[in-house]
Amino acid sequence: MNNIQSNKNLNSPSGAGGYSHIKATLALAKASFRSIMRSPSAVVFTLAFPLIFILVFGFLGGGGTKIDLAVKPGSDVNNPIIKSLQKISVIRFSKSTDLVAINKGLEKGDYDAIIDVEKNPAGMPAFITHVKYTSASMDKGSILKSILNEVTYNLNTQNLKPTITEIQATTVTARVYRQIDFILPGQLGFSLLSTGVFGTAFVFFSLRQNLVIKRFFATPVRRSSIVLGEGIARIGFALLGALVIILIGHFGFKFTLIHGATTVINMLILATMGVIVFMGFGFVVSGLAKSESTIPPISNIITLPQFLLSGTFFSVDAFPTWLQPISRALPLTYLNDAMRQVAFEGAGLWDVKHQILILVLWGIGIYAVAVKTFKWE
Amino acid sequence: MEKKNVIISVKDLVKNYDDFKAVQGLSFEVYENEIFGLLGPNGAGKTTTLEIIETLRQKTAGEVIVDGFSVDTDANAIKRIIGVQLQAAGYYPNLNLVELLELFSGLYGVSVKPMEMLEKVNLQDKAKAKYKALSGGQKQRFSIATTLINSPKIIFLDEPTTGLDPQARRNLWDLIIEIRRAGTTVVITTHYMDEAEQLCDRVAFVERGQIIALDTPDKLIDDLVASGFERKKEVKKANLEDVFINLTGQEWRE
Repeated sequence: MNNIQSNKNLNSPSGAGGYSHIKATLALAKASFRSIMRSPSAVVFTLAFPLIFILVFGFLGGGGTKIDLAVKPGSDVNNPIIKSLQKISVIRFSKSTDLVAINKGLEKGDYDAIIDVEKNPAGMPAFITHVKYTSASMDKGSILKSILNEVTYNLNTQNLKPTITEIQATTVTARVYRQIDFILPGQLGFSLLSTGVFGTAFVFFSLRQNLVIKRFFATPVRRSSIVLGEGIARIGFALLGALVIILIGHFGFKFTLIHGATTVINMLILATMGVIVFMGFGFVVSGLAKSESTIPPISNIITLPQFLLSGTFFSVDAFPTWLQPISRALPLTYLNDAMRQVAFEGAGLWDVKHQILILVLWGIGIYAVAVKTFKWE
Repeated sequence: MEKKNVIISVKDLVKNYDDFKAVQGLSFEVYENEIFGLLGPNGAGKTTTLEIIETLRQKTAGEVIVDGFSVDTDANAIKRIIGVQLQAAGYYPNLNLVELLELFSGLYGVSVKPMEMLEKVNLQDKAKAKYKALSGGQKQRFSIATTLINSPKIIFLDEPTTGLDPQARRNLWDLIIEIRRAGTTVVITTHYMDEAEQLCDRVAFVERGQIIALDTPDKLIDDLVASGFERKKEVKKANLEDVFINLTGQEWRE
């Protein structure tokens, strides 16, 4: 306390012309970035949630459709029908031998069908196959039905010359479109949306409420530096999160990155555009909110519909036609769409200019509203 | 105070909030290197007046000059030479004291060593602590440290001792006196008259947006006594606060 006297010669008085707005902006960006990294909710929403969804869907949907088929206890198993079915990867045989449990499972749809093959005492045909489907799982039942038709046709015609036609089908070898290729860009969009909207709204509201901004105003800092510094930190954090998600997806779940690093950079450029647009929503929310507790509901009104309708989990094409126009109005739809095209189809940024244009239009619109609603004090 | 250079001059200051007249034609001057007190009940207009001088609030009418700069045209020049402690201001969340001081040195565009700033207010042990985790007295001392970053000519302290225990309060007085000794002008508001009497070279009493008295504490007291005023109770050589300090010790504990 006794070295106050040294105050004067410690630093030169901030004389005319020496003030740097860039330094002030960077100081704010650094402070904000540190603060975000230590904020549990930011880390949870930006990284933990999307990663959990990716994990769940990555493991769940790994193999695509599976048909659970139970074999009736006492059924013959050493016959060409069962042997052929066992070679078909879509069919997963149940090991259960408890008929009561199997029947219960059928009712609940845990099993898609039960099969029972018996030797024909009459001799021709050699085997009789009984299949019981369940109304709980009609779609998989019909897949099984056509598999069985093909199997029996092949077995029955093994030694016959076709009389009318023989189908010779080949499959184009293409990139495997995994579940992760759909889920990851959606989760990335969700991550950017939450950090943009919730993060921005909470930070600016609390800075205003706790008079932090007022204290800033007592320094020579410009308002634009405050917004810019905060923006740099948030974009930096969002991109770091996006990079972690992409890398975990790529190395852990074989997420397709067609052109490798170039694809990643393109995705990060899209992510930057996305988070800037979403921050606009955050600014609006921070201005509209009357108290801290009104931020989550208002933010959810903005994020939830996009979360559900913008093709985060399901393709927009899967929605009923009346819902699709709503989906096609939301910015996240276009971000997700662009991300998927860039990552899986190897599109360049120019190829997704339509999506980018709509994002830019959203950006202009939302910042026009933000300028009207944002409050400094 | 032989030489009296005016560093702040407020003339006919008026501030209206819609219908409410917060400040009504207030005028005073603050001299260089003095501790100047603005006293008065809540809602009298003290904080509004301070915030207008600090360039945080627009005035309705009048003239305010701070070290030769007008608040109307040179707000930024004023911001660089003043240090401001706000009543109940918060700090950026999740940062420790050193990081907060780094932020402020960036905002002021100066390079200071955070630890040296903390030493000035005796908070070097709390360098890694968050602002929220500090005690009342420590919070006020930290606020004062942030006002000193740009080596200001004037610092403004808005009720810095409200809510502090007697030890912390006396400790803060020492700090304020120290700052003044280093050549800084101090403008302070307070509700504690003993504090004003101890600290301030001159005080102004503000009531309903107007100054109703302005002079040295001594002179104001003498005038009152000369008018025939007498305390009802004989003044003893000590008061209860002296008893408190005597019993609980001088050193502050936090």
